[in-house]
Amino acid sequence: MTDTQVAAKTMGAAAATPVLEVRNLSVALPKGADRPFAVEDISFTVGAREIVCVVGESGSGKSVTAFTTMGLNPKEVKPVSGEIILQGEDLLKKSDAEMRRLRGEKMAMIFQEPMTALNPVIKVGDQIREMLEIHTDLSAAEQKERVLEVMADVSLPDHVKMYDSYPHQLSGGQRQRIMIAMALALEPGLLIADEPTTALDVTTQAQILDLIKDIQRRHGSGVLFITHDFGVVAEIADRIVVMQKGKIVEQGTRDEILLKPQHPYTKMLIGSVPSMTPSHRVEIDKRSPALIAQKVNKVYGGTGLFRKSREVHANKDVNLVVHRRETLGVVGESGSGKSTLARCIVRLQDPTSGHIEVEGADIATISENAMRPHRRDIQIVFQDPYRSLNPRRTVGQSIVEGPMNFGVSEAEADSRARELMEIVGLSPDALDRFPHQFSGGQRQRICIARALAMQPKVLIADEAVSALDVSVQAQVLDLLDDVRERYDLAMLFITHDLRVAAQICDRIMVMQNGVVVEEGETAKVYADPKHEYTRSLLAAAPGRDVAFAK
Amino acid sequence: MLTYVLKRVLSTIPVMVIVAVLVFLLLRLAPGDPAAVIAGDYATAEDVERIRTQLGLNDPMLVQLWRWILQLASGDLGTAIFSKKPVMELIGQRIEPTLLLSLCTIVFAVAVAVPLGTIAAWKSGSLIDRFVMFFSVGGFSVPVFVLAYCLIYVLAMQLKILPVQGYKSPFDHGLFTFLRHMVLPVLALSVIFISLIARMTRASVMEVLEEDYVRTARAKGQSEWKILMKHAVRNAAVPIVTVIGVGIALLIGGVVVTESVFNIPGLGRLVLDAVLARDYPVIQGLILFFSFIYILINLLIDLSYTLFDPRIRY
Repeated sequence: MTDTQVAAKTMGAAAATPVLEVRNLSVALPKGADRPFAVEDISFTVGAREIVCVVGESGSGKSVTAFTTMGLNPKEVKPVSGEIILQGEDLLKKSDAEMRRLRGEKMAMIFQEPMTALNPVIKVGDQIREMLEIHTDLSAAEQKERVLEVMADVSLPDHVKMYDSYPHQLSGGQRQRIMIAMALALEPGLLIADEPTTALDVTTQAQILDLIKDIQRRHGSGVLFITHDFGVVAEIADRIVVMQKGKIVEQGTRDEILLKPQHPYTKMLIGSVPSMTPSHRVEIDKRSPALIAQKVNKVYGGTGLFRKSREVHANKDVNLVVHRRETLGVVGESGSGKSTLARCIVRLQDPTSGHIEVEGADIATISENAMRPHRRDIQIVFQDPYRSLNPRRTVGQSIVEGPMNFGVSEAEADSRARELMEIVGLSPDALDRFPHQFSGGQRQRICIARALAMQPKVLIADEAVSALDVSVQAQVLDLLDDVRERYDLAMLFITHDLRVAAQICDRIMVMQNGVVVEEGETAKVYADPKHEYTRSLLAAAPGRDVAFAK
Repeated sequence: MLTYVLKRVLSTIPVMVIVAVLVFLLLRLAPGDPAAVIAGDYATAEDVERIRTQLGLNDPMLVQLWRWILQLASGDLGTAIFSKKPVMELIGQRIEPTLLLSLCTIVFAVAVAVPLGTIAAWKSGSLIDRFVMFFSVGGFSVPVFVLAYCLIYVLAMQLKILPVQGYKSPFDHGLFTFLRHMVLPVLALSVIFISLIARMTRASVMEVLEEDYVRTARAKGQSEWKILMKHAVRNAAVPIVTVIGVGIALLIGGVVVTESVFNIPGLGRLVLDAVLARDYPVIQGLILFFSFIYILINLLIDLSYTLFDPRIRY
């Protein structure tokens, strides 16, 4: 064999060898956890120039897999058997010092929330440069030059100036680009992305996904992409690994898994993804409006001692009507003013001006005392069920508190709470337990029961299903629709997720920078968006080309 | 920023007025009479009465208060009853030892407490951590004077390596002599301060070590030590600096005791002497002066936040 033949052969072999090979990996959980292994006997590979998506719901072990590879698990979560082979080296046999050398140089990671993943007190350029400082002998000037190079590579605008910015001065998308630039600085063979777009707006998400694909193609690295979002999977995956409770239930190419899933769990997951095609809604009687808002304005800032400070118009002349038994969706990206609107309507914030009519009374600018009797008519369910329930009070105490504030006797409030537990699909003895004993979905059911206990006329759901897994999300959406009908509720549904909005809203309202840019029946808006912003939102929704079941 | 500073400086005026009124009233409520002290043990009732009239102490309380406030407004803290010197001048004469003692104490306390607390946080649950926590509880519980006498007994009287008491100005006696005399008072005074700051540093650094950006630093392959130095400490700084500011109040109380034990001719001793003699103008002037310093230092501390955290803007 000639030298060239040998070279050609080894090159061929190198192309065939995966960048990352996980073989029979098991990771133990500390004693007292709900199961003995975080991941159990999993095997998969990530090839060069390949994007492998690991999909699963919370608790599936997908993040533990990523963190074990990086060697970043907490000490109690220990790999007990198997191998993780990165470019020929078994990571589980490496010392701490050797792992530190590999991290950043051979493998790098992008995290979910770029705001908290970046150090708030160090300039972003210097945070990227730290990577070079640790792993290279380049001079300070050379380091800076290289940093500017990678910053340009991830298409950061005006990157020379941005070098000296702090994280809080950048947008979410820019911060995630900084994280990606940091990961790319040393051209690692493996890039691990842990839910890198979950915290971002859809349009930004679409850009970041494009960037990751583009970079992976240009640099030829392998990407291990952790996500819970099948829309994102459809956009980016070459191959898909599906995990459930620490085990791999199915893996295959993108089309195999998305179009012909074999395992019932995969089928269930894909079946739970809300479709972008609006569901059929029953015609609503438009003669009985429950909530009318007219010219609602909310302005932040504007008062200063010597000069006026900067004013922010969070809501500008917002008008809306929600009828009984109707769900009005408010969609928009972060900063669009949709949550401020919800808070103004419930009077958790005071609108600067306007009229908000509930049950015939204008509550927009009345005093806190005058507002009190109206509070029961209008209730809200928040995004994060982990933080919106008082951890020191039992579920029952949280639910009966509201009605009892309005003079309902304890016995009656209690029997109503029991009834509600059944309606939201929990057993009545849940009332004596504490919030931490429930899963996210169960907690959100409790929050809904808490709101319903007040017998409101209007229910506001502020991103109420955004923190939940898809399968749970579908159930909670069904529940919300069910109680809306059962109690003749007018529902205002705030969401950033167009798929969710398509499934539950009769009409939707699109907001941008505090202004309503488009409003109409859901099916019409989705089929024929009039405003440019609505069109860009719809176009950015990931996975549009795959027809998800529901 | 400038607007903020101006606002804060202006807001000290009402605070000082309230302090002034409170101090004035509290002193008048306390038993004791400067006239009786001046007149001496063998004075007749008439003598005392005459002196009271001379000092204006027989005027109605409100008249006295008004007189004092007017005096303050013209920038005059008053004149001491006994030494007949202006209070300002007395403060000027006595400020050097107190200032140097406080400064040495703060520098020493921060230099010891911040590393101790950081290491305790880094190795939380370890022996070092437990030692630091034990020390903090102990340091908090022992009164300054008990500690001071223990230190004097061991280091000055038994081992004879340090002077028992006294103060030597660095400007007259040189730095070495000054420092030798400072060691014991600084040690005694700083223990409570170290306990306070070390605890806060530990809590603050422990919180920061849980942050996502620390995980990011680990993902970059950064070493644990550098993570601590580069990422953790600066992010933990704001609560630490805050507690240093609050601790200034502790320090002022401690100075009075420490100066008495170590016979240091500073403001603390001045306070004590004035209180014993019921020298109203001196006591009032000093308390007002201390509160002003306290407010000023806390303003400086609030402003220093911008150095540690670029997100804070005034």
